[in-house]
Amino acid sequence: MNATRTTAAPGRREVVATASTSLEARRRALKARRLRRGWAALGLVVPAAFFYVVFVLRPLALTVQYSLYDWNGVGASTFVGVDNYTRLVEQPELLGSTVNALELIIYFSFVPVILGLLTAATIRKFAASRLALAARTVLFLPQVIPLVAAGIMWTWLLATDGLVNELMRMLGLGSVTRAWLGDTSTALGAVGVIGAWVALGLCLLLLLSGMTKIDPALYEAARIDGAGAVREFFAITLPSVRQEIGVCVTVTVIAALAAFDIVYISTQGGPANSTLVPGLEIYYLGFFSREVGQASALAVVFMVLVLAVVLPIQRLTKEED
Amino acid sequence: MSRSTGRNAAAATSLFLASILALTACSAPGADSTADDAADDGATTAADGDWTCGTDDVTLDAYLETGFPLSAALFEEFEKQYPNVTFDVREDQFAVITQNAPRVLADNPPDLMRLPQMSDLVGDGLLYNLDEAAAHFGWDEWPASQLAQMRVDDEGRRGDGPLYAMGKNYSMTGVFYNTELAEQIGITEPPATLAELDDMMQKAKDAGITPSDQFNGGATGGLAFPLQLLMASYGSVDPINDWTFQKPGARIDTEDNIKAAEHLKKWIDAGYFADDINSLDYSQMMGRFIDGKSLLIFNGDWESGNLDTQMAGKAGFFLMPPLEEGGKVGAMSAPLTFGISSKAENPECAAFFFDWIATNDEARTIAVEIGGSHPMGPADAFMPEVDADSVTGQTLAAGATIADDNGAMEFIANATGAIYAKSWTPNLQKLAAGEQTAEGLLTAVQADYENDVNG
Repeated sequence: MNATRTTAAPGRREVVATASTSLEARRRALKARRLRRGWAALGLVVPAAFFYVVFVLRPLALTVQYSLYDWNGVGASTFVGVDNYTRLVEQPELLGSTVNALELIIYFSFVPVILGLLTAATIRKFAASRLALAARTVLFLPQVIPLVAAGIMWTWLLATDGLVNELMRMLGLGSVTRAWLGDTSTALGAVGVIGAWVALGLCLLLLLSGMTKIDPALYEAARIDGAGAVREFFAITLPSVRQEIGVCVTVTVIAALAAFDIVYISTQGGPANSTLVPGLEIYYLGFFSREVGQASALAVVFMVLVLAVVLPIQRLTKEED
Repeated sequence: MSRSTGRNAAAATSLFLASILALTACSAPGADSTADDAADDGATTAADGDWTCGTDDVTLDAYLETGFPLSAALFEEFEKQYPNVTFDVREDQFAVITQNAPRVLADNPPDLMRLPQMSDLVGDGLLYNLDEAAAHFGWDEWPASQLAQMRVDDEGRRGDGPLYAMGKNYSMTGVFYNTELAEQIGITEPPATLAELDDMMQKAKDAGITPSDQFNGGATGGLAFPLQLLMASYGSVDPINDWTFQKPGARIDTEDNIKAAEHLKKWIDAGYFADDINSLDYSQMMGRFIDGKSLLIFNGDWESGNLDTQMAGKAGFFLMPPLEEGGKVGAMSAPLTFGISSKAENPECAAFFFDWIATNDEARTIAVEIGGSHPMGPADAFMPEVDADSVTGQTLAAGATIADDNGAMEFIANATGAIYAKSWTPNLQKLAAGEQTAEGLLTAVQADYENDVNG
């Protein structure tokens, strides 16, 4: 950006200098040119801005507006001020699903980031080999499978007569087999496993690309100093991919908090609300209970919560730059 | 340079803000929407309508539930008899129809639509008032119970008031059982009392057969089926209907109903349902039953035709038995409801089609043979010959018993728009998981019901 500006500036000065004699005329020409450039830039920005406003900002503004009304989505509405927000405080069960979303962070974010780090650190050493390419492809595969398909596939795998339980029976673990998605004590964890499986590929790829950029001389120097693989990992690899970890954590935390598709396909929030997440709660409130105002208020509160969780992560990684 | 950047930024910001303000220009949502007009339209019908499909070409827009071949068969026959009529059909899952209903009725008004819980829709003036049609066609002379569930009064309560929907047929629930598995455990006759049903399930369990693969997973609390049937065995169906129709002061946590819920809990504790009941969906239940993996399921006669095809000679049907032999029986029984949008283009032709389904011999034959349920219409209307030993034959005979006993109940899941997904289902799943008591289940549902009705 800066480079373009400095190279463009002298050129412009030259043109202006040859075209006019007086200082005033030169200033006016400069101004006119800047204005033309401004309008051209605006012309390029406007179409994108239009779509952004219509499809992002407008729904956002409307959600905030709806949250102040008692409205069933079709009939006449009543302005109720912040009543929908106070109800969220008075009826804590409406926010109960948030606890599940926070628990999902462990599965959707921590597990794939840690596993991704370990796998990437292992693959890094033979990153150029075919084996690493194969491993990368296999582990990245879940990313390209639509979440709905992943949900359906895992529903079969985790069923009582599914592959997971069959394998456990073969290993003599028949006593622990169960309907993983149908048991209130294991359903959330089972949904978490699906999420971890999906997110692992993205984290692995991001972290691996970060690791391949590390100067090999660093590792050589560490080795000469007598560092082992563990020391190398903590002293060189980990600090070098801090930014990539930041991106991974941000993306996966948002995926955990905003989870909808995997949960909807695999459990629909059941059994007994044990996998109910805010995304589903908003959907049920809006479309089944037809409390559009209440659903919008929960959506707004939830958006603030996501920002409150994600912004510190962003800041943390920025400070380290 | 920085000044021009600042100006551009300011211009862009102003543009954004101006656009947002323009786009969300603050009028109250829904205030000037179709609702008010629709309410007016919905309150009146064409008094001097000709109530036919005429002779000009007519296209009826239909929005249906996917997976039921009955409608397609009826449309085909109607198009054959009335060549000027064509059906333009759109199909969706019932859950999708439920969530889309208000918007579809308001924005893209169909002439015929499969309806979810309908009192909210009437409240918003989205449904066509069929009183004039009922008077014209003589539907008022049919047994009143057939239409009661589709009447909605000014307060949004069902059971009374103007008619806002019609049924394609009326269905009924009970118990389907695998006759081969029953014979294996020494049972050749359907149980006559609840105790005999308990015994039947215990014998199956002892023989290593899953007594019931009832669905109860995801957002579908299928244990509501046996629970409501047990309620009818323990008490009268009237208080249950009062509750479903939102009669003031009606309660679901009555003494009789608590006993029924305790009976269901006894079945759960005895291990009569599959271990993975809380992850079983409807299609898995049907798959396992048809494959002969469980002795019985609590389900409705809409599966009769299907079971006659897929389990020919191996399936039977009985009503939930009473406490004492010969006692009164009850069943969830409801019309397969269809409505007309208050803004539909061809309401008269659609109403004519409803009348045709109930009165035309071919249509009634289709309703029985493909729909597996009893057609709507006058009590003495034509009925096709059905093999009495087939599942369809057995469910039709059971329907007559329910009519004699006046034991029809609307499904407790339809009491309010959200009660099934938000209250019955999670609480029934908790009951199955051992995290809820029988009484606690009904108390929790009653609390949610009051919240829905008053809130």
